[in-house]
Amino acid sequence: MVSLYASSKKIYPRAVKGLFSNWRWITVWITQIVFYGLPWFEWNARQAILFDLEARRFFIFGLVLYPQDFIYLTGLLVISALALFLFTAVAGRLWCGYACPQTVYTEIFLWIEKKVEGDRSARMRLDNAPFSALKLGKKWLKHGLWVLFALWTGFTFVGYFTPIRELAALSLAASLGPWQIFWVFFYGFATYGNAGFMREQVCKYMCPYARFQSAMFDKDTMIVTYDEKRGEPRGPRSKKADPKALNLGSCVDCTLCVQVCPTGIDIRNGLQYECIGCGACIDVCDDVMAKVGYPKGLIKYSTQNGIANGWSTAQMVKRGLRPRVLVYTGILMAITTAVMVSLYLRTPLKVDVIRDRGALARMVEQGRIENVFRLQVMNATESPQTYAISVSGLPGIEIASEAEITVLPTEVRSAVLRVQIPPNSSETGSHTIHFDIHSMGDDVAQVSEKAAFLVPR
Amino acid sequence: MSDFTSEFWNIYVAGLTILSIIACLVLLWISGTTKVNPAADNTTGHVWDGDLREMNNPLPRWWVYLFVITVIFAFLYGALYPTFGKYKGLLGWTSTGQHAAEVQKVEAAIAPIYAKFDGMSPEQVAGNAQAMAIGERLFMNYCAQCHGSDARGAKSFPNLTDGDWLGGSDHAYIKNTIAQGRTGVMPPMAAAVGGPEDVRNVANYVLSLSGSPHDSVRASQGKVKFAACAACHGQDGKGMQAIGAPNLTDGVWLHGWGEEAIIKAVNNGYNNAMPAQAALLNEAQINVLASYVWGMSNKPAAAN
Repeated sequence: MVSLYASSKKIYPRAVKGLFSNWRWITVWITQIVFYGLPWFEWNARQAILFDLEARRFFIFGLVLYPQDFIYLTGLLVISALALFLFTAVAGRLWCGYACPQTVYTEIFLWIEKKVEGDRSARMRLDNAPFSALKLGKKWLKHGLWVLFALWTGFTFVGYFTPIRELAALSLAASLGPWQIFWVFFYGFATYGNAGFMREQVCKYMCPYARFQSAMFDKDTMIVTYDEKRGEPRGPRSKKADPKALNLGSCVDCTLCVQVCPTGIDIRNGLQYECIGCGACIDVCDDVMAKVGYPKGLIKYSTQNGIANGWSTAQMVKRGLRPRVLVYTGILMAITTAVMVSLYLRTPLKVDVIRDRGALARMVEQGRIENVFRLQVMNATESPQTYAISVSGLPGIEIASEAEITVLPTEVRSAVLRVQIPPNSSETGSHTIHFDIHSMGDDVAQVSEKAAFLVPR
Repeated sequence: MSDFTSEFWNIYVAGLTILSIIACLVLLWISGTTKVNPAADNTTGHVWDGDLREMNNPLPRWWVYLFVITVIFAFLYGALYPTFGKYKGLLGWTSTGQHAAEVQKVEAAIAPIYAKFDGMSPEQVAGNAQAMAIGERLFMNYCAQCHGSDARGAKSFPNLTDGDWLGGSDHAYIKNTIAQGRTGVMPPMAAAVGGPEDVRNVANYVLSLSGSPHDSVRASQGKVKFAACAACHGQDGKGMQAIGAPNLTDGVWLHGWGEEAIIKAVNNGYNNAMPAQAALLNEAQINVLASYVWGMSNKPAAAN
């Protein structure tokens, strides 16, 4: 009889070398060089990547995004989601195994742990050892390095929101603001806690993506599989012995696949929801197979259909181009292209035409009909701009007030325009007119906005 | 303010809230004391889809503690904030109070900006570009709804750019108007003027004062009846700023131009109101806004 709750057992993943492990380290290096390096880049005398929440401006290299550009964030999220669907449908939990920050930081923290305390068995011995100065020293060193690394991570994270060079200077002078301190320590603590202590429990009990990625598998998804037909019955044997004669499969029951597993499962029980698809067991099992002189691939990336029908890799890859994958790819390509094109064509000028609500229309000198409009003009460039405004759409229509407006860099100003038409030149009712706004600078930005001109009875 | 019509509903809602939180604990206790018997292969014996089995994966103990902490948090939160029925909470928090606090915070933050304009004369403020940018935004928020974005008003809403003022034209007057609002009253005068024909005659006389198109015969008949109007608008019809009576001899027609509009004014009178803005704007904001409005009709002075 067991309870529904049990204290979680600490997992000591064994270090592993091999093809998939190398791929993981490559992604660790790439993602972390980008994460820690980007904020230090400069662009036009400002930080290249800066999310200035207070001023509500996102600076991304040459691009300045405003709250009005929120749609691009939607685009980014849609692209991310579709990419996750696609990769997961094709090759299982690729994201989890190779790119997820939880995996990446756990990998880095494990590396620090291994350097200080040693590999799996050494760590287990140390944890079980009685209290001693050496044990205390090792533990302190490990946690010290972890905390340093975590704080640096927190610092870098905040550096995306406040200029990181200022942040560094402030940190050295110990004069950070309360919120900066909070976020540095909060993000640092989250890194330290999740990568140092929670590790696989984040994936097992907290992460929603872990669950719905498993739901996106089908029978042709590449997953980490144990070839039960070939492996069983498992058991130890001499290298010289013929397994057939002993009635044994290829599995020598060395349990290394369990020891290297970061979530502590036994892949030989089949696919489980804890499996993050990291391929560590593949790497270690291939080593063992080579040592005992059996062919590799007892544990390998394969598909459910592939295992069931004994397909070759080529046959499985052919099934990779199934409708589901093609549809994901198509939609992903279309949306990515759309976002890119729209970013490329984006004008650094935004105009909102607001009809004045106070007066629909008035009659002024010589019986001319006048409508009042307010134009909210947003200069999305990083230099001051003067804009000329013209109006068209009705015979004799003209702007009776100042038709030029100067807007400071990344600012918004409203221009009030009185638009007039000659008396009796148009029918009563509502007419569509167009405001054309263009900058007078060298790089001309132009926007045309529709509005309604009302002629009273 | 309580939204409950009787004490019963207060207790009902509060009781239901407390019971629900306790029920969470009961659920946890039941699941915590349940024992299950896994099969020999360490699965629960449940099978779906022919090959999908549930392994015995007990939830970690810390999950239980988190659950308990959540329940404790719920009670703490309930004690601090108005959670249970009519109960006010120890912190005395209200959304109104929070709003007031945030307004205060913003006012404290913008005070130094406005402080710059404190020592300036209205003319200097009107000539200051930053003050005018602030004034423009304030005007768009608080005034443009009636006076229009271009401040030229509309029928029954005065034009603020034309230098024609009903009751005064200096900065102090504008400031006072913004803060306290204005009421422009003209009583119905039909009885004092006479019959409908008399009213029509007076209307034509009034039109003649500004040189607008009119029936001169009617106008000359109406001149006598204008005595009823002269009490406020003056013998010559030039109005009286002390009581806010409009000048009838210029080309500005607040409530519409022409015979019909004037007849309507004489018959029904007017009760024109501008709401007070003091509750929405502080002293410093009103000061800047008044300079902005003053600057619209005094542009040459502002340039000096």
